[in-house]
Amino acid sequence: MLRVTDLAVDFSTPAGNLRAVDGVTIDLAEGETFAIVGESGSGKSVFARTMINLLAGNGTRTGSIEIGGRNIDGLSKGEAKHFFGVDVSMVFQDPMTSLNPVKRVDAQLTEAMRYHLKVSKSEAKDRAIALLKQVHIPSPEQRMRQYPHELSGGMRQRVVIAMALACEPRLLIADEPTTALDVTVQKSILDLLDELRVERKMSMILITHDLGVARGRADRIGVMYAGRLMEVGKTSDLFSDMRHPYTQALLQSIPNPALRSHSRLQPIPGRPPNLLDPPQGCAFAARCRHAQQDCLNSKPVLDGDGVRQDGHQWACFHPVGTPDGDAALAANLEAGENAAGLPMKEIVGELV
Amino acid sequence: MAGSGTAHLRDTDDVLVRVEHMVVEFPISGGTVHAVSDVSFDLVEGETLGIVGESGCGKSTTARAAIQLPKPTSGSVWFKGQDITKLSNEEMRKIRPEFQMIFQDPISSLNPRRTVNEIISEGLRVWGENDSWTLDTIDELMEAVGIDPRYGERKPHQFSGGQCQRISIARALVLDPKVIICDEPVSALDVSVQAQILNLLEDMKERYGVSLMFISHDLSVVKNISDRVMVMYMGKTCEVAGSDQLFEAPTHHYTRALMAAIPGADVAVDDQMLEGELPSAINPPAGCRFNSRCPAATDECRSVEPQIREVGDGHFVACHHPVLA
Repeated sequence: MLRVTDLAVDFSTPAGNLRAVDGVTIDLAEGETFAIVGESGSGKSVFARTMINLLAGNGTRTGSIEIGGRNIDGLSKGEAKHFFGVDVSMVFQDPMTSLNPVKRVDAQLTEAMRYHLKVSKSEAKDRAIALLKQVHIPSPEQRMRQYPHELSGGMRQRVVIAMALACEPRLLIADEPTTALDVTVQKSILDLLDELRVERKMSMILITHDLGVARGRADRIGVMYAGRLMEVGKTSDLFSDMRHPYTQALLQSIPNPALRSHSRLQPIPGRPPNLLDPPQGCAFAARCRHAQQDCLNSKPVLDGDGVRQDGHQWACFHPVGTPDGDAALAANLEAGENAAGLPMKEIVGELV
Repeated sequence: MAGSGTAHLRDTDDVLVRVEHMVVEFPISGGTVHAVSDVSFDLVEGETLGIVGESGCGKSTTARAAIQLPKPTSGSVWFKGQDITKLSNEEMRKIRPEFQMIFQDPISSLNPRRTVNEIISEGLRVWGENDSWTLDTIDELMEAVGIDPRYGERKPHQFSGGQCQRISIARALVLDPKVIICDEPVSALDVSVQAQILNLLEDMKERYGVSLMFISHDLSVVKNISDRVMVMYMGKTCEVAGSDQLFEAPTHHYTRALMAAIPGADVAVDDQMLEGELPSAINPPAGCRFNSRCPAATDECRSVEPQIREVGDGHFVACHHPVLA
């Protein structure tokens, strides 16, 4: 359904060139959900917007994106107009700012259908009502005549989802669809997306910073850091048998409801690298407990171990759970710091 | 659930704050918003009380009204042997330093035109130096919260969100407060930074002997940091229990719904509880306020408000039909 090959996105800024997405390659099958997890600034939203050809004016893209077998660079201007928003559509994070506050729900819902599908006004209206029903909005006829401010946050996000589905996309990109919502509403929105995905055999890219959300909803997960994919694998593999030290650190830093209260949390020391001046080696090396000299010199490529056939890949020279990774960790503990000079003693206190 | 009562209040000597029958109402055109309706709670020294609930349930208003911001419509708040709702403005001003707050958005809660030194030491300039801190020992405090004192002359925009939150914590600590209200202090932070700030709050609580009221919609975070947790729904208390106790055996239907909504949770509940919309706070339902979404609701729930009662050691619930193990 979706094939992204070696995608890179650069932004030219007054302070220099900033590479927000760096060499991302993913495949997505029909009906599959792929989650991209990362912290703020990891490039996950830029990646999402690139999929739907929404790059800021100072951005340039290299690498290819194929959606449903069509390379998006091969689309003519006229085709592109009815491709983005029809075959691919997007749900944005904040339902208040992605709806027009001065237009009623019906106008916003029918606009895309009228434009892309050239349906009549009354047909568009009927379809819109059916869509609102599908996203479980009670009394849709009345809701159609309301303005966004008259709806609750959860209702607004349902309207946004209905809009994204209006032209029956084959690929839906959901960029933090539930971040602004309460947990209870979050659950019902995610349930809804799941249900629609199964019903319509739609593929979905779910962008989130919440590992819990990704775990419950995705077939496969990609962990992104500083614009690069650090690890890609089936959801279960990633959580129980992760290879990248960043994935491990990320998981260890969230409070686990299964542990007793006041359990010490394990933060990741340091800060993400400045992308205007990216490190020569692995972007995570400065914060990594496994980092050795080779991590500082060159960037590891995203790869498997050559044995496994399940698509689990990681970009690390000294992965977690391998003899080599254990040796690297032991060597760093011995030396009291990792190759980048990060004191290990301090983290041991935090991490063990 | 979602009822009232005071059965869960404690009578020990170390009770620091005791809020009884607090009501907060806001008049609007065409009615009154019942933000907090007869909520009681207490906070003992060195304790962290977590307050959880969906947006609009009154959790922030409850914590703020306890420190008279705004003054509650009725009810009493006992602190150090006096009812602070009865104090004059000047008397209240004098005990203000005892109560401090940390807000959700770390960047907008700091004055962008001031330097970090000015922000942290402002309280001392107003109130004078105290036993712990003088204008000369501010550096020590900055070090304690993990901000390099050399950066004291920098302004907030030169710091990351996590660092700004550290500055907020230092600002809250400088007047030696008894109580710090943390209103969603980690919601705007990345998970790796969130862990740093939560650990820091635990350390500071230990080191400076403060009590926390910790408001959050994230149950995992609340469980981790709290000793006791109060679950609120539409301005009412649903359930109060020790943090571990509450998570092991939630008895209120609403608490169970909240827990079921945590991604990856293994508590299963009727979807009806999650689907329903919040009723209007201008015209709240009679009886138990949760009855419109509760699968166990009976006629009794629709007419009689449940009172808080003890269902286990230190475990209190306001529900006619709690889920008991």
